[in-house]
Amino acid sequence: MKIGRGSVNRAALLSESAYKRMIVRKKRISKIRRGIATLLAASCAVLFLMPIVLTVTNSFMSASEISSNYGQVFATSDSGGKTYISEKVNLKFIPDMVSFAQYITVLFKSPDYLFKFWNSVILVVPIVGFQLLVALLASYGFTRYRGRIKEMIFFAYIILMLMPYQVTLVPNYLVSGWLHILDTRWAIWLPGIFSPFAVYLLTKYMRRIPTSVMEAAQIDGAGEWQIFRHICMPLCKGCMCSVAILIFIDYWNMVEQPLILLSDDSMHPLSVFLSKIKKGEIGLAFAVATIYMIPTLLVFLYGEDYLVEGITYQGGIKG
Amino acid sequence: MMEKGKKTAGFWRRKKQEHPAPKIGAGKQKSAIQKKNAKSRRISTAFLAPSVLGVLLFFVLPFLVVFFYAVVDNPISHRFVFLDNFINVFRNAAFRQAAYNTMKFSVIAVPLAVVLSLGLAMLLDSKIPFKSQFRTFFLTPMMVPIASIVLIWQVLFHYNGMINDITALFGSAKIDWLKSDHAQVVIIVLFLWKNLGYNMILFMSALGSIPKDILEVAVLESAKPWQIFIHIKIRYLSSTILFVTIMSLINSFKVFREIYLLTDDYPYNTVYMMQHFMNNTFGSLDYQKLSSAAIMMSIVMIIIIGILFLTENHFGKDVEG
Repeated sequence: MKIGRGSVNRAALLSESAYKRMIVRKKRISKIRRGIATLLAASCAVLFLMPIVLTVTNSFMSASEISSNYGQVFATSDSGGKTYISEKVNLKFIPDMVSFAQYITVLFKSPDYLFKFWNSVILVVPIVGFQLLVALLASYGFTRYRGRIKEMIFFAYIILMLMPYQVTLVPNYLVSGWLHILDTRWAIWLPGIFSPFAVYLLTKYMRRIPTSVMEAAQIDGAGEWQIFRHICMPLCKGCMCSVAILIFIDYWNMVEQPLILLSDDSMHPLSVFLSKIKKGEIGLAFAVATIYMIPTLLVFLYGEDYLVEGITYQGGIKG
Repeated sequence: MMEKGKKTAGFWRRKKQEHPAPKIGAGKQKSAIQKKNAKSRRISTAFLAPSVLGVLLFFVLPFLVVFFYAVVDNPISHRFVFLDNFINVFRNAAFRQAAYNTMKFSVIAVPLAVVLSLGLAMLLDSKIPFKSQFRTFFLTPMMVPIASIVLIWQVLFHYNGMINDITALFGSAKIDWLKSDHAQVVIIVLFLWKNLGYNMILFMSALGSIPKDILEVAVLESAKPWQIFIHIKIRYLSSTILFVTIMSLINSFKVFREIYLLTDDYPYNTVYMMQHFMNNTFGSLDYQKLSSAAIMMSIVMIIIIGILFLTENHFGKDVEG
């Protein structure tokens, strides 16, 4: 704890013992303040984590325990009306008996859920891969030889990136109709691959590479492809990870696009399907929800620092 | 349209480069270098091609068609009606309800998201133990898919659920959260839960970039903590605050996802959002309605983004000098 100049001046007027006492008091106050801050942070953390922890612990309940505890939650949710049921909803942190029955059913007995999970994977993975590829090329184009026209195109990308789905889904729907890819996975893949988000982030990062590095390579006789492949790409590795994670969580979470562009339920990802689990299967719902969040949590464990970096690059729209 | 502009630009540039060469009079070698430069410039521009073509095909071109649909009476006869569609949409009660709800939600949720996440960032910026763990905890909700979490949300906010039990302790009456005017509260809580971590990271990096010597001088000059906060931190954070506000605003438009998963296509009135209106219009395939709604929405967005750029220019100069 630093003592301000003003207090030093005041201290000069005090005796030495009084001065020491003052320092002790100040230290104590700062300690208390620290304790309060820690407590506050801890209680926030509990609030943030509780829904996740509850979902996971509840997934280990047996189906009968769940329907006796929460049965009416899902019974009233699809009747739509406001019906009063006197029974309580018993929220439990820890199940009475740990059972893996839910998981066994989801994983082995009813392939429907695994099939939806696979749908999610097959929708998201190509988007992450190809969006990254297209964006890498484009951001190299935006980085080299910056001119007014390129800046204008880049600006258009930023505006496009910021548009909410309400705006972009209508154009997407129209194009899918023209290309006859409506109700096929291409309708999700293609707009996803050309989405400008990754271009924006990678360009912002690539422009931080000093141009002298690329010029030096050029003087040494490297072609554009070589500069791209051997200088820019290795330098952007970290940023590529960040972008990949951000794209992944965005599309793993998607709901709007499949709802509108895929009318066939069998192609819907698990995110849409989860909302349709009703009465009969609520015993499984928590297990399915847990399985659905495992990939994102794994990505998070592996790449938290990349994620934080990626978000940090976004701060401030302009490059 | 944009690509056309790009092509002419490349053409124009090449011409410009070929001409000044003789003026300088450096002879053959110089122009060879310039030719090589122009070539690599062309090649590097070609790197843009896949992305620009894709964006043109999937976003720009159809958007122009959307614009066209918005000003004609129907897709077959193409009679120009100018603003009629917009007026029709505007008169539509569902659209007005949706626009009003979306606006109301944004007005409440966005300031909360900014202030609370700034608070969290300040908390993590102060001297507390386990900082990186706390950061991880606050960031976790961002990673979790909404679909996984709505189940527990339904349980918590059910009429007989835990939240009502807690409020009952303080003597308030039970509320049917999701099927009353309070539905918006539930959505706001979910929105904040999901988005605070993201905003917090942005604030944390901004707080970290405040020059340490300025803070130290302030402490030496025995400035009070609130003075440091108002006069130094807020001033340095101003552009980040703006950015976070805009991003939260944009995210608040996406809140349909949460509501759809929590309720359904037709939720309680106060949480019927723009995207519900769009989705249900997709069902009836009314292109005029859809297009004009999309155009209106995009105009609102362009205004918001314009404000972002203007003020960022202004603040950027103010702080960085």
